Amino acid sequence: MSDLKQELKEKIIEQLNLEEISVADIADDDALFGDGLGLDSIDALELIVMLDKDYGIRLSDPKEGRKIFESVQVMADYIQEHRTK
Amino acid sequence: MKKVFINSIASISSQKTFDNSVFLNEIIDYNNTVIFAHDPDYKQYIPPAAARRMAKGIKMGVVASKIAMDEAGIETVDAIITGTGMGCMIDSEKFVSAIIDNNEQYLTPTSFIQSTHNTVAGQIALGMECKAYNFTYVHSAISFESALLDAKMQLENDEAEHILVGGVEELGEHTTKVHRTINHIKPEAVTISTVLNSKTEGAVFSEGANFFAVSNEKRESCYAELLAVETYNTLQKERVSETIEYFLEENNLKIDNIDLVVLGNNGDVEFDSYYTQLSEGMFRQTQQVFYKHLVGENNTVSAFGIWLASKIIKIQSIPEILKINSIATSEVKTVLCYNQYRGQNHSLVLLKKC
Repeated sequence: MSDLKQELKEKIIEQLNLEEISVADIADDDALFGDGLGLDSIDALELIVMLDKDYGIRLSDPKEGRKIFESVQVMADYIQEHRTK
Repeated sequence: MKKVFINSIASISSQKTFDNSVFLNEIIDYNNTVIFAHDPDYKQYIPPAAARRMAKGIKMGVVASKIAMDEAGIETVDAIITGTGMGCMIDSEKFVSAIIDNNEQYLTPTSFIQSTHNTVAGQIALGMECKAYNFTYVHSAISFESALLDAKMQLENDEAEHILVGGVEELGEHTTKVHRTINHIKPEAVTISTVLNSKTEGAVFSEGANFFAVSNEKRESCYAELLAVETYNTLQKERVSETIEYFLEENNLKIDNIDLVVLGNNGDVEFDSYYTQLSEGMFRQTQQVFYKHLVGENNTVSAFGIWLASKIIKIQSIPEILKINSIATSEVKTVLCYNQYRGQNHSLVLLKKC
């Protein structure tokens, strides 16, 4: 699980070009959107594609993302449970 | 009709040109076939949250526009008009590569959104919250001149008071490979001192952004008056001289009235004769400068020629490295810029001291 969280942090930084942020800056429970990392709706779309491409999880309702992308911890839990690859 | 003034200039190029307080006082040489822009500290101008989605061309355009706006002393404009021949190549390549690599699936939005030709003008508008006219011209080597012509007509007709106009190009890895394959890029590495005497086809490819605040109101920072802009999609080599003579006539000028000609020689053995026929012909008695040996070739590099002309008119000094001949005039009042790329898309821009 901690490997997955580390992997997710690395992917978030790389795919969303968070140049000023390192893995150590993201705590497992930090909010990804809003006051936390400050991600926006375009980032949410990037994360939805990442879930599909890297973990075989296709979100039928983009609104589901709101809950799933709450934090790295919540994402990792969801991926662990639903991943198909 | 109102007059049009260039009230500020900004250039990001392969030379240290983004600081308007100096003028090519330190030259960066190269030994290459492709040269990248000398970057300012983008973080000084663009917040990290906004910069993270910007490829280099967007950053260059946004920063050059900010420098131009600051120098002109204006907060907003009535129009933002850009020109780009190739557009946002880095994101375009990223998006197309993703389509191929992922078998047309898993397409992410960022590179698609950022890949459009109007991205630079759009980002500038977002940054200054400008909801006015926003347009990008895409027409090979006359992309910038098309934007400039649009701005000029709007200002002359008093449809706008201040317009930000600029040209941007960025180098994309794959596109550069393609241009190398079709011999548009020189086969051998050249330097500033050798490129224009090169005996091979092709040019040194480059990137950059050149922006200008133009207005129908002359401000204290004024560089030059923009008298005329003309573009020609096709023009036979044998007809260039007579076309220029006609262009001058239309502006009530003769060859003798031109104090300086800015020529776009890029060292391509196949097409530099378009320029040498002028430098050795109708303008043999006129002071001449060139610039592409310093900043390479790209679809909107002619905007650098206008940056150069504006600077020379304002400070009345010409760095030695730009001079083609030793003819000198006591004052540079009227300047003609001529450019073409591979025998097509010719442009003439006429500037006057203001």
